[in-house]
Amino acid sequence: MAPKAYARSLFTRTNAIFAAILAIGLPTLAYRFWKGMGAVSNLSQTNPWGIWVAFDIVCGVALAAGGYTVAAAVYLFGQKQFRPVLRPAILTGFLGYLFVVVGLMVDLGQPWRLPYQFFLTPGTTAVMYEVGWCVFLYLMVLALEFLPAALEWLGMTKVRRFMSAISIGIIVLGVTLSTLHQSSLGAFFLMSPGKLHPLWYSPFLPIFFFVSSIAAGIGMVIFESSVSHRAFQDQLDPEAHVDMDALQLGLAKGGAVVLFAYFFVRLQGLVASGRYDLLLTGWGAWYALEMLGFVLLPSLLFAFAVRTQSAKLARAAGVMTVLGVVLNRFNVSLIAFNWNVPDRYVPALGEIIISITIVTLGVLVFRWIVNRMPVLHEHPEWRGAH
Amino acid sequence: MNLNRRNLLKIAGAAGAGAALTGGALASATTRGAAKNAAGVLVDTTRCVGCRACEAACSEANGLAAPEKAGDDTVFAARRRTGPTSFTVVNKSAEKSPAGEERYAKTQCMHCVTPACASGCVVKALEKTALGPVVYHEDRCLGCRYCMIACPFGVPKYEYTKAAPLVRKCTFCAARQEKGLPPACTDACPSGALTFGKRADLLEEAKTRIYQNPTKYVHEIYGEDEAGGTSWLYISDVPSASLTLPQDIVKKSYPEMADGALSAVPFIVTLWPPLLMGLYTFSKRRDDVAGHENSPKGAGHE
Repeated sequence: MAPKAYARSLFTRTNAIFAAILAIGLPTLAYRFWKGMGAVSNLSQTNPWGIWVAFDIVCGVALAAGGYTVAAAVYLFGQKQFRPVLRPAILTGFLGYLFVVVGLMVDLGQPWRLPYQFFLTPGTTAVMYEVGWCVFLYLMVLALEFLPAALEWLGMTKVRRFMSAISIGIIVLGVTLSTLHQSSLGAFFLMSPGKLHPLWYSPFLPIFFFVSSIAAGIGMVIFESSVSHRAFQDQLDPEAHVDMDALQLGLAKGGAVVLFAYFFVRLQGLVASGRYDLLLTGWGAWYALEMLGFVLLPSLLFAFAVRTQSAKLARAAGVMTVLGVVLNRFNVSLIAFNWNVPDRYVPALGEIIISITIVTLGVLVFRWIVNRMPVLHEHPEWRGAH
Repeated sequence: MNLNRRNLLKIAGAAGAGAALTGGALASATTRGAAKNAAGVLVDTTRCVGCRACEAACSEANGLAAPEKAGDDTVFAARRRTGPTSFTVVNKSAEKSPAGEERYAKTQCMHCVTPACASGCVVKALEKTALGPVVYHEDRCLGCRYCMIACPFGVPKYEYTKAAPLVRKCTFCAARQEKGLPPACTDACPSGALTFGKRADLLEEAKTRIYQNPTKYVHEIYGEDEAGGTSWLYISDVPSASLTLPQDIVKKSYPEMADGALSAVPFIVTLWPPLLMGLYTFSKRRDDVAGHENSPKGAGHE
């Protein structure tokens, strides 16, 4: 395409929205680093963690779980029917983590000292130390997992072959690292028994976070494949004839099982705490909404979708699952945290703008890559050889 | 139940092939517990007159601005909290003593025996020293504010308005202690409400005072078991709840609450890869037998 025609093709309604977001968001971001985070946020002495942690980091990591979930299904469990969504899931995972790190940079008071935890003064007793290493290594693993697509795009055949040979090792490493840090994100809150509401506090928090991250991964892959299928029609392989409905119903089957298991372990947490009395309070109603409306209900809807072969219902349940995991992460890190403190945290406009900006940047990079590299379709020369 | 699970995981972790990885957890056990003769302060609120000399001395010793409304008792009308520029504040008790006297209590960092902030800090910016204080290395801090999430007493405060912000809190005058001097606040206290000494001795002293005046004191030493024990100990003739001392503190070491999760790390690192490789081999074998394997040899894994 000629440069002029290309430039003209950029003037679309979607791009206008993205441009508007960045026009407001990037100066806000600059202002945060110039004047300090107090200038744009409602963070306080009693509420030191706001949506930059709750959404950009704690939710972000869970929502990027599709990469390890699908990689494990395809490579380790032999569920090869999910292959068409493997690359988009890995790309979403990679960019998800990349922008989790961007979000972390915004939330850290002195982000330039981030390497200290790896080299200068590592706090080996900290849960965050483990999470830091896992996220750092897993980001590299995801890059390696995605590398074949980039190598095919660049036509680097030899390196691409080598990558195939070591792929299983990388996948195993990725699943191990994900198990560790997905669960450890829940372990952040183990030292806050008095601050986190008893219906959410549990010594099993790491297990809750791990199991629900798998559900989040499945939900996100269903959601993302539906959106990509619509937005990137021109990128789809005309020869592949991927039956997206059947694929999403296959994911729904996994979703039903994982969500039900998650509902069950959460119930075990409630039994272990023995705080049934709290179920009859306002917080109990909020807990019931999360557990019944956003865990049990999508689990049953997934099962019903599989039974009636309704891909539409599976997609709805996928969206509910994603919302449910977001709700849970918000509850643990924000809403039910400091539940008995009078001054409630409500995010400032500046915080919301910066979070939206980071998500927008992620979507833009995703689009740039998908429009160029073999992600939603197979590279003609590498058909069937992954 | 939690204790059993933790111990089980500890044993499993130590016995596992990943024993080398538990190095961090073992090191923590030695750095977490302070020495037996670590410093402490006994706060006897029955002797405190609410003069706020401790606040003024603290501000001076730490180079902070003078306390708000110095010498003005109207300051007691509202509950005050420590902040980035005030490391200790005196509050009036909600309850008067049985004899009808006002009661006051100062708040500051409790300098836990096993501090949650120090064990959770990813860059060791907070550290429990052998002398007793929990000190802050401002040249290491990333500003993640996890210490504020972890501290059950809500002590670490943050400089939100600075471009390169730091965590601020009571230092227990660690620099003065190293020179053999008592903390500034205890030095300035005119009424004998603050006694500086070894924590173990102060615990005995607190018990003796309660034992000798059983009808006067509430039979409670705040800080003896709170969060696994703190360097600062409080006794009073009014309940600790009315002294604005936090009541939702679990009476065990906070870092231990994360031990189960941390001990599982070597477990997962050593068990997951062989387990996952086994799964892979299993599913590949199933494919081979079913005759679905149609990718040419050497072209990589299907």
